[in-house]
Amino acid sequence: MPADPMPLLDVRNLCVSVPANGGMIRLVENVSFCVDEAEIVGLVGESGSGKSVTAMALMGLIDSPGVQVRGSARFRGQELVGMAPRALRALRGRDIAMIFQDPMTAFTPVYTIGWQIDEQIRAHERLSRRAARARTVQLLAEMGVPDPARTAQRYPHQLSGGLRQRAMIAMALSCNPTLLIADEPTTALDVTVQAQILELLRGLRHSHGSSVLLITHDMGVVAQTCARTLVLYSGRMAESGPTATLFARPAHPYTAALLDSIPPLYGPRPHRLPAIAGLPPTPRERPAGCAFGPRCAHVHATCLPAPPALASIGPGQQAACVLPAEGTPLPPRATAQATQP
Amino acid sequence: MGALGVLAFITCACLLAPLYAHDVAHSDPFASNVAGSIVLGGQEVDIMQPNDNPLHLGLSPIGPTGHAAYLLGADSQGRDLAARLLYGGRNSLLIAACAAVLCLVAATVTGIVAGFCGGVVDAVLSRIMDIMWAVPVYLFAISLSIVMVSQTIHLGPFTLGADSLLIPIFIIALVYVPYAARPIRGRVLALRQAEFVLAARSLGVPGWRIMLLDIVPNISTTLATLGPLLMALALLAESALSFLSLGVQAPQASWGTIIQDGEGLIYTRPLVAVAPGLAIVAVVLALNIVADGLRDALDGREGAR
Amino acid sequence: MIPTLLRRLGQTLFVLFGVSVLVFAVFFATPGADPTARIAGRNASPQIMEKVRREYGFDRALPVQYMTMMKKLFITRDLASYADRGELVVPQIEQAAPVTACLVCGAAFIWVSASIIMGTLAAAFRDTWVDRTLMLAGLVGISIPVFWLGQVTNLITQSRYHDTWLFSWVPGLGYVPFSEDPGGWFRALVIPWVVLAVMFIGIYSRVLRADLVALAGEDFMRTARAKGLSPTRVMLRHGLRTALVTFVSLFGLDFAQLVGGGALLTEVVFGLPGVGRLTYRALTNLDLPVIMATVMYSAIFVVVANAVVDMVYLLLDPRVRDAR
Repeated sequence: MPADPMPLLDVRNLCVSVPANGGMIRLVENVSFCVDEAEIVGLVGESGSGKSVTAMALMGLIDSPGVQVRGSARFRGQELVGMAPRALRALRGRDIAMIFQDPMTAFTPVYTIGWQIDEQIRAHERLSRRAARARTVQLLAEMGVPDPARTAQRYPHQLSGGLRQRAMIAMALSCNPTLLIADEPTTALDVTVQAQILELLRGLRHSHGSSVLLITHDMGVVAQTCARTLVLYSGRMAESGPTATLFARPAHPYTAALLDSIPPLYGPRPHRLPAIAGLPPTPRERPAGCAFGPRCAHVHATCLPAPPALASIGPGQQAACVLPAEGTPLPPRATAQATQP
Repeated sequence: MGALGVLAFITCACLLAPLYAHDVAHSDPFASNVAGSIVLGGQEVDIMQPNDNPLHLGLSPIGPTGHAAYLLGADSQGRDLAARLLYGGRNSLLIAACAAVLCLVAATVTGIVAGFCGGVVDAVLSRIMDIMWAVPVYLFAISLSIVMVSQTIHLGPFTLGADSLLIPIFIIALVYVPYAARPIRGRVLALRQAEFVLAARSLGVPGWRIMLLDIVPNISTTLATLGPLLMALALLAESALSFLSLGVQAPQASWGTIIQDGEGLIYTRPLVAVAPGLAIVAVVLALNIVADGLRDALDGREGAR
Repeated sequence: MIPTLLRRLGQTLFVLFGVSVLVFAVFFATPGADPTARIAGRNASPQIMEKVRREYGFDRALPVQYMTMMKKLFITRDLASYADRGELVVPQIEQAAPVTACLVCGAAFIWVSASIIMGTLAAAFRDTWVDRTLMLAGLVGISIPVFWLGQVTNLITQSRYHDTWLFSWVPGLGYVPFSEDPGGWFRALVIPWVVLAVMFIGIYSRVLRADLVALAGEDFMRTARAKGLSPTRVMLRHGLRTALVTFVSLFGLDFAQLVGGGALLTEVVFGLPGVGRLTYRALTNLDLPVIMATVMYSAIFVVVANAVVDMVYLLLDPRVRDAR
């Protein structure tokens, strides 16, 4: 637990809604979490669970007409929601940087990698072209890019996916951001490259003192990287807590189901991996009660009238499920020791 | 919606012209009427009026009268402009619509065959399109028109008179085939790799059946968008050809020929040239808006510009 | 690299050959259309027809006629007009070409600048009244027949309002060579420039807006915004620069078509003695060699422009550069 009383990023009751068919549909509903200095926090969920929307809302990158972002997101005490565009722009790229899922399409195709990193540096700091390029090359080198000076002069399509993602991280780190939001940074990469990139992200805490908000759908990645984890389901928080606790004693059936669908590393392999039956509801068809209800093995009458409130379970752990309060919590998982970070 | 309304109104007004034009004009819109006169408000007025220069030299056709007869005045031949506009519009719209349909059919066949068969067939058809596309559209159309309009053509049992409306229809349809065939071919190329086509092939469905039953329905959005666009282009091309006396031949009228008639009167009776032009702009604009709306509604980024 | 260039060259030559055959076929081999009748006149006697046929070589086989014509056009360059006392065709084109070039270059400058401004503004203010107004204006521009627009501007600037301060500077129709009087050259061309540009402004601004709007959803545009760049910089340096690739290819083709004679209607309406009007004059006296030569000339421009566009593509888009 950090000594600093004020967390780096404190998100409270964040809601994002889009207009559709005359009404508003909530893509993200009452999401709250915080990220401390030099901490890696995982944001987990299936596609469509609102992970990316949350990140985009924090960055102020949602500009579709009519979208409403409400709630509060304090970055070092500064309110991000409703911040003036100019002030937010100064923050973006300098204090909060973002890495995107697909490194293939995230660079502008007609400029060299170096030009694009220089551009970000020079957007936030008064530096000469030459000084900016020197820092670019140094950053690329730190990210383990071979022959950084020449790589800087190459175009995005000339680099492999892994190199591009390294360049992307170099660009994100170019102004020493205190918070790095990584939106599925490894999804589009090979497994071996994936491991290298994750290693790089873990190292940032020490080398740059940066916190990372890691968005992923991969529980394995979370287990390897994150100190704390937040599980989203259909735009709502299902559970949050320290990763170790969450993996050992999931309090929400959804978290448990997610963990069950990872093949165990030790012990006998199950004949078939358990899968979660059904599909997550679209935000439009969300049921009145618990959104996970239709797919939950433990669903019963108390889950149906309204979505269960987030309740504290143990130290730092919260879950939006009625089971613990009703005295029938889920049993601890047997394979927990295999997934210690 | 407004655009569709304008389009429907002008089209109906023009197509139905023969039914009521006589009541409007009281004179033959195709015969010269230079020496004629009409009765306006009880007074007999010459159709050709002396110019209002100090010496009253020369004659100009009568201007807008505000009465049913010669509502918009007369052209250089003393013919009723309003009636000619209606008859001319009928020809313009007819040519544009027929040319668009003909072109679309030809382009669809070319595009599907080229895209679906691939290989040598595609290469040959694409090169032919390249060659046709290398000649500026209007120059191509003009060249063809010169050859066909200047004399009667005998093609086996068919005789095409120089004044036949089929000539501009055929020419305009032909010159725009590459324009329309290209996007269609592109769509077909993409569809050829689609799984339902691959599935049909692996089941041994004959090629023509796949083209007809699988490909055609799937390019219908492209076709629907291209249709009004082509008609707009055809209308513009027809007016340009007629303006150069290479489209609709006298005494038949089209909006383009009326503009050409009005060229000599442009400073004295500008309405003769301005009115058909406005009609063209209105119809073409309406067609473009319809095409735009169709594209938005059918939501595809394909379709030509 | 060399094989690709050679193949490209071969393709270009093939298209040129194809165009020449196509044009030749249109004029000399259309079934039922006999060039002799056109030269001799409608009611010429059989003897005259026969004489004309022999004199112009129409009695020989079509391929031979084709070869003779191509030789005269490209090698000996002494192709003579059928009308106009047998004036040579090639010098006529050489004389007319600069006029057309001046007209088209000026118009191109106007339409490119105007459409970039309009397209970018419309995309930046997407779905607001600015966007809708600009795009409707573009649509109107596309819908106006250029010859009619020319006539109406003539009506306004030459006659109706010529005596007001607004248009009193407008000279009579016609062309003034730049070398004689640069000011007069400019005054004579500025209205034709605008009239010719109107339609293209409409097309290009709409294409550019559509491209920019499509690009706005791309990942790299989001990256650019996430970097903390200003919206203007994101739009211009990232969006517009990427969209220019399509824009340039479109431009190359239209420009070439116009220089090659596609500006015929504008030239006719404004009395500019360019290639288009040369074609028009030839067409009114059915002067086949001149028409043939001008159409060939324009096809050459289009085909060469195709090749140039490919080159510019290489400069603008690094992805294509490597694909070669």
